[in-house]
Amino acid sequence: MLTAAKKSQRTPRMRKVLVLGATSGIAVAITRDLAQRGCELLLVARSERRLSDLKADLLLRGAGKVETYGADLASLSQHLGIFEFAHRSLPNFDTVLLAYGCMHDQNESENNIEVLLDEINVNFVSACALLTLAASILEPRRTGCIAAITSVAGDRGRRSNYTYGAAKGALSLFLQGLRSRLHAQGVKVVTIKPGPVQTSMTDHFAGAYRFARPEAVAHRIVDALERRSPDVLYTPWFWGPIMRVIRHVPEAVSKRMNW
Amino acid sequence: MSWGRYPRVKHEHVHRPAWNDQLGEILRSAPSASVLPYGLGRSYGDSCLNSGRRLIDCRRLNRFLAFDENRGVLRCESGATLSDIIDTSLPKGWFLPVTPGTSFVTVGGAIANDVHGKNHHRAGTFGGNVLGLGLERSDYGLVVCNAQQNSDMFSATVGGLGLTGLIAWADIQLKRVPGPWIEVEVVPFRSLEAFLDLSAESDVDFEYTVAWVDCFAGRDTRGILLRGNHSEEQRRFRAKRGPTVPFAFPNWILNSFVVKAFNACYFHSHCLRKKSSLAPYDSFFYPLDSIHHWNLMYGRHGFVQYQCVLPTASLDALKDLFDRIASSGMGSSLGVLKKFGSLPPSGMLSFPRPGLTLALDFAMRGRRTLALLETLDEIVRGAGGALYPAKDARMSPAMFESSFPNWRRFVPYIDPKMSSSFWRRVTETQC
Repeated sequence: MLTAAKKSQRTPRMRKVLVLGATSGIAVAITRDLAQRGCELLLVARSERRLSDLKADLLLRGAGKVETYGADLASLSQHLGIFEFAHRSLPNFDTVLLAYGCMHDQNESENNIEVLLDEINVNFVSACALLTLAASILEPRRTGCIAAITSVAGDRGRRSNYTYGAAKGALSLFLQGLRSRLHAQGVKVVTIKPGPVQTSMTDHFAGAYRFARPEAVAHRIVDALERRSPDVLYTPWFWGPIMRVIRHVPEAVSKRMNW
Repeated sequence: MSWGRYPRVKHEHVHRPAWNDQLGEILRSAPSASVLPYGLGRSYGDSCLNSGRRLIDCRRLNRFLAFDENRGVLRCESGATLSDIIDTSLPKGWFLPVTPGTSFVTVGGAIANDVHGKNHHRAGTFGGNVLGLGLERSDYGLVVCNAQQNSDMFSATVGGLGLTGLIAWADIQLKRVPGPWIEVEVVPFRSLEAFLDLSAESDVDFEYTVAWVDCFAGRDTRGILLRGNHSEEQRRFRAKRGPTVPFAFPNWILNSFVVKAFNACYFHSHCLRKKSSLAPYDSFFYPLDSIHHWNLMYGRHGFVQYQCVLPTASLDALKDLFDRIASSGMGSSLGVLKKFGSLPPSGMLSFPRPGLTLALDFAMRGRRTLALLETLDEIVRGAGGALYPAKDARMSPAMFESSFPNWRRFVPYIDPKMSSSFWRRVTETQC
C-alpha cells in the first residue's frame, strides 16, 4: 500500500480506464494494480455478480471510482450499449484496455466449425468492432491510449494452437493498422503479447506452474501504460527475443515440427 | 508439498477457482471424500494435503468484499492473505486481531487451523475474532454461520482443518492500532522457572509475549523473552525485502555443531542488546518472512515441526522434553515457547489450551527423527498434553485421540465430499 501510494505520487494524472473483459485472469491482476494507483475504472464483463465482487475489492484497494457494466462482449449487438454507458458514467476515459479472449482445444476447433468460428469471433471479430468504436471516440479527442492483449501464439502458426494463434495474430495486425491510423492524432495503440500466464485459460496445461504469474505480467503492462511504452510489448520480456527466433524458423522446418 | 517439504505427495487434480460462484459446481461434481481446500500451503505437515485425491487451490479467491471503517470489520474471501489485509488496513489504523509467525497465510487457512499468535493471552485465537462466515458445502449449499446462526457448524469450521466445507467469505474483527511500530523489550532468562515468572509478569503489561529457547541447553534451558506493545510512533517505515533461498541446502549445512554455535551467538548477542527498542511490525511479528523459502535451508528431505502444549503444572515433562532433545543432538535453532492464556477454545478442534506451548523444527533424517519424535510423544501424552495438527506430519492415531479426545463429536460436520491426508492418517483406523 505504501509503495502504491508512492507510485501514485510519481504519476500526477490518474488514468480513467475502460476495461473490456475485466474478469479475465490477467485483467483482474491489471485492475488491482490500477486500483492501487488510484485510477478510475469502468469494468465490462459478462457476469454481474463477479463484477460486483471485483468492484468492492478494487474500491477497498484504492481505486478512485469503479463503475461496472454487464455485457457479453462477443455479441456485437451489445457493443454500442457499452460505450453509451461509458459516456454517462466515465465520460472522460482516456485508456481502453481490451483484455478478454478464449482458447478452445485445437482438436475441437478442427472437428467442429462452430467452435472454430467462436474462437475467431471472440478473439478477433468482436475485438475489432470494439476497438473501432473506441478509436472513433478517442480520435477526435486527440489523446488517450488503446491497449489490447493478444498473444505470443499469434506470432507463428503452430500445429498445436493455430486457431487461437490465427485469431490473436490477426488482432495484432489489426492493432498495427490502427496504430498507424491514430498515431497522427496523438492516440497511442499498444499491442500486448504475453507468453503463457497462470490463469484459468491455461490451468489445464501440463507445467502451468512454470508460467508467468498474472501479477508480474499485469505490473509490466500497467507500467507500460503509465510511462512511455513500446508499441508492441512482450511480457515477460524474454518472449521478445524468443519470438524473434521463432518467427524466422524457415517454413520447411516449421511444418515438420510438432509444436 | 507443504511448508515442511515432508511428506511429498501427488494429487490427482488441482482445482483453481477464481470466483466464489464456481465453488458450488466444483463441490457438487466431486466424488465423495475427494477434495480439500488449499491456501498458501504453510501448514508444515499433511493437514493441507490430500494424497492421490484433489485440492481446491483458493489463492485466486483473494478479494476484499466489504470493510466497515468505523467498526473495523473486514469481509473477505478465503484466499485473501494476512499480509494483504495488513497492507490495506494498516494505513487506515487497523491491524489483525491475532497473527501467527508468518503473514503468508490465507484467511481460510488461519480459520481452518484456528491459528494463534503472540497475544494469545489477551486476544485468544484467530477464529475467536471471526464474527461470521459463509461456508459453501456440497450438501447444503452456502451456509451462513456465526455465534448465533448455525453456531455448531461455526465452531466445527474454526479449527476444522478445512474439512467442513469451503469458506466463501469471512467477517473478521480487526483491531485499532496507533501505527506500524512496536515497542519491544528483550529479556534473557536462564531457566524454565525464570521463564514462567517472567511470562506471568509480562502478560499483565504486554500485549505480545513470546520466547526463543535454546533447545541444546537441556533442562536448564536458556532463552530470550520478547515482549511488546503497539507504539504511538507515527514515523513511516519501509517494508524490508530480504533474500530468497535459491535451492535446497545440502543436508550437512545445518549440523548440530553449526546450530549449537548459532544458538550460543544468538543468546549472547541478545543479552548484550539494548533492553527496549522500537521495531516495525513486520520484523517483530514476521522475522522469517523476510527470507523467502527459508524452509529450503533444511535440505532436500525437508523438516518436521513439533509443536505441543503441556499443562503449566507439568513443568517436569517440559524439562524431560528438553533433555531428550538436547541428548539427541537433533534440535534446531528455531525453538519457540509461549504461555497460552485461559480463554475458552473457539473451535471444536482448536489446539490452543491453557498451558505452555513449545514449537521446534527438526530436519528430516528419516527413522532417526521419527523415533525421537515418538519418544517426545510419550512424554507429552503422559503429561496430558496435545500436538498441533497444522504442524504435524507423523503423529499416531493414538496420539491424536489423546490430543483431541472429542474429535468424534466433530465428525458429523465434515462435508461428505472432503477429506485430507492428515485426517485419514489419524482417524481411519478408528472410524
